[in-house]
Amino acid sequence: MRTALNIATDTLAYGMVLFIISIGLSIMMGLMRVVNLAHGAFAMIGGYLASYAIRDLHVHYSLAILIAVVGTIIVSIPFELLLYRRIYRKSDPLIQVLMTIGITFFIIGVVNFVFGPSLKTIPLPALLSGPLDIGFRSVPTHRLFVIACGVATALALWLLIEKTEFGIKLRASVDHSGMADALGIRTEIIYAVTFALAIGLGAFGGVVGAEILPIEPFYALRYMVTFLVVVSVGGAGSIMGALSASLLLGLADTTGKYLAPEFGEFFFYLTVIVIVFLFPHGLFGRSHA
Amino acid sequence: MTDIAIDHVPGKRSIPFVQEGLGALTIIALGAVGCFLFPDDLALLTRLIGISFLVLSLDLVTGYCGIATLGHAAQFGVAAYAVGIACVRGVTDPVALLAIGIVAGTLMGLISGALIARFRGLPQLVLSIAVGQLVAALANKLQWLTGGSDGLSGILPGKVFGIYSFDMYSRTAFLFSLATLVVVFVALSRFVRSPFGLLCRGIKDDDLRAKMIGVAVYPRLVIMYGVAGAVAGVGGALTAISTGVVGLDSVGFERSAEVLVMLVLGGAGHLWGALAGALIFQIFEHIVSAANPFHWMTLVGLLLILIVVFAPRGLIEPVLMLVRRRAGKGRPS
Repeated sequence: MRTALNIATDTLAYGMVLFIISIGLSIMMGLMRVVNLAHGAFAMIGGYLASYAIRDLHVHYSLAILIAVVGTIIVSIPFELLLYRRIYRKSDPLIQVLMTIGITFFIIGVVNFVFGPSLKTIPLPALLSGPLDIGFRSVPTHRLFVIACGVATALALWLLIEKTEFGIKLRASVDHSGMADALGIRTEIIYAVTFALAIGLGAFGGVVGAEILPIEPFYALRYMVTFLVVVSVGGAGSIMGALSASLLLGLADTTGKYLAPEFGEFFFYLTVIVIVFLFPHGLFGRSHA
Repeated sequence: MTDIAIDHVPGKRSIPFVQEGLGALTIIALGAVGCFLFPDDLALLTRLIGISFLVLSLDLVTGYCGIATLGHAAQFGVAAYAVGIACVRGVTDPVALLAIGIVAGTLMGLISGALIARFRGLPQLVLSIAVGQLVAALANKLQWLTGGSDGLSGILPGKVFGIYSFDMYSRTAFLFSLATLVVVFVALSRFVRSPFGLLCRGIKDDDLRAKMIGVAVYPRLVIMYGVAGAVAGVGGALTAISTGVVGLDSVGFERSAEVLVMLVLGGAGHLWGALAGALIFQIFEHIVSAANPFHWMTLVGLLLILIVVFAPRGLIEPVLMLVRRRAGKGRPS
């Protein structure tokens, strides 16, 4: 029972971190059809910025999150203008993979040159550290915070995509970008805003999830695969898909680690192979002709 | 992608095996130059040849069949581990070990081909990554068999043909690897111009059209994957034999990514491109990464971005253009 509860909390927290970071990538792949392997690199920039803001500028945790998100978006703008714009929608996956791997390597090199190659901690405020008693047992407050962040992100995105005018335009561009363009929707602006949104979510997830996925020099490479796998299992562009895939893979990974610690990764990738083989477009994805 | 895949004209029959002979001579000449330039660093050259096999293997899959894969080190690593395990358990003849590597690589290639070649685009990429990571996780966790994160050491192969033993300066290892490279390269340059190889190129250019003219696409891709696995297996076996250790890095994701970079640097879809990319990248790496690994990553990243933006078909393309112009409507390799 105790183990089951532990697994449940950890699964939820881990899954939510995966969700917050991957949903940005998922939206981007659904709309722009870019296999962006550099997504983790932007999350890493967010983490490094937050760590720097808290430890060297001594700002509050909430402000640090803001600095990280805005700072990462600013950093990402030149990449969008110069590089990503070339590979939206049309190129074959190989070109996209190569360019985004190149961007990843480049960011890893530069970030470690600027901030130094060491593990970066993001100290939690007093409010979030320590356990919280929820009646019958206590759980780490930070885990609950992460879960709350994940739920809030999912709700906010759902509102944005389903209920606002921007969301309507975005869905139109996903379904048929040429037609959307012809109807007067400025698709390049939609793309740019979506890119910023995706990167911002990535940075947010990187900071919030730093306790679970520690910010270290090779963060971008280590978790690159994980994020891509979440999107692929869930189906690109689907919030429900990303959420369920995050929780499912979080469950596979966490359960594996608790019950058979020698084979944690093995179970994770076995689940992935089975799911992708059975549902090549993801659990909730649609095929793009 | 509207470029013409088959750019050589069968043309007049001149002396048979001229191209193959020229290829073999070029590689031998390159090896001699390498020997001359780095006489004290034959171990480096041997490692370089080992990785070149992996790049050639990836070229068969990515360059000739258009399969985007980020898990190609699996074949290399499985073969290296198989050879290492066999050697530790008492099979010490280098040629037998090479055969074990080829068999292991082929099997792994067929398995991953069966999984990966089924799809195109994102699912394919993710499956290739997942297969690679699965193998890496197994190599890490099966400690009693592979040595886990410590690596598998104590691989002491016997003498080649019972005459030449492996020495400290890796002279034997170098010559053995170079000879294997010549054989494999000549065989491959025949293979990619065989009807089967040409059909694979056709599948790469337009798999729907290939299906329409009655080609069974999936089995062919799986077979190609098997061949690529065999080539990668040769590389894995040679690396295991010559370095004496097999580590987790030989199955890692980074190895797969690096090899892809090498292939694209040289030019996918040409055997010479694969070889050139492997050579240039690794010599460059040897010089720069000794200074600072993070500078090296920055440089590789920049290089990759520049290639994709300015020369998406690799460095071999201008050379081929030159050759073609020289020979009129001639024969690129």
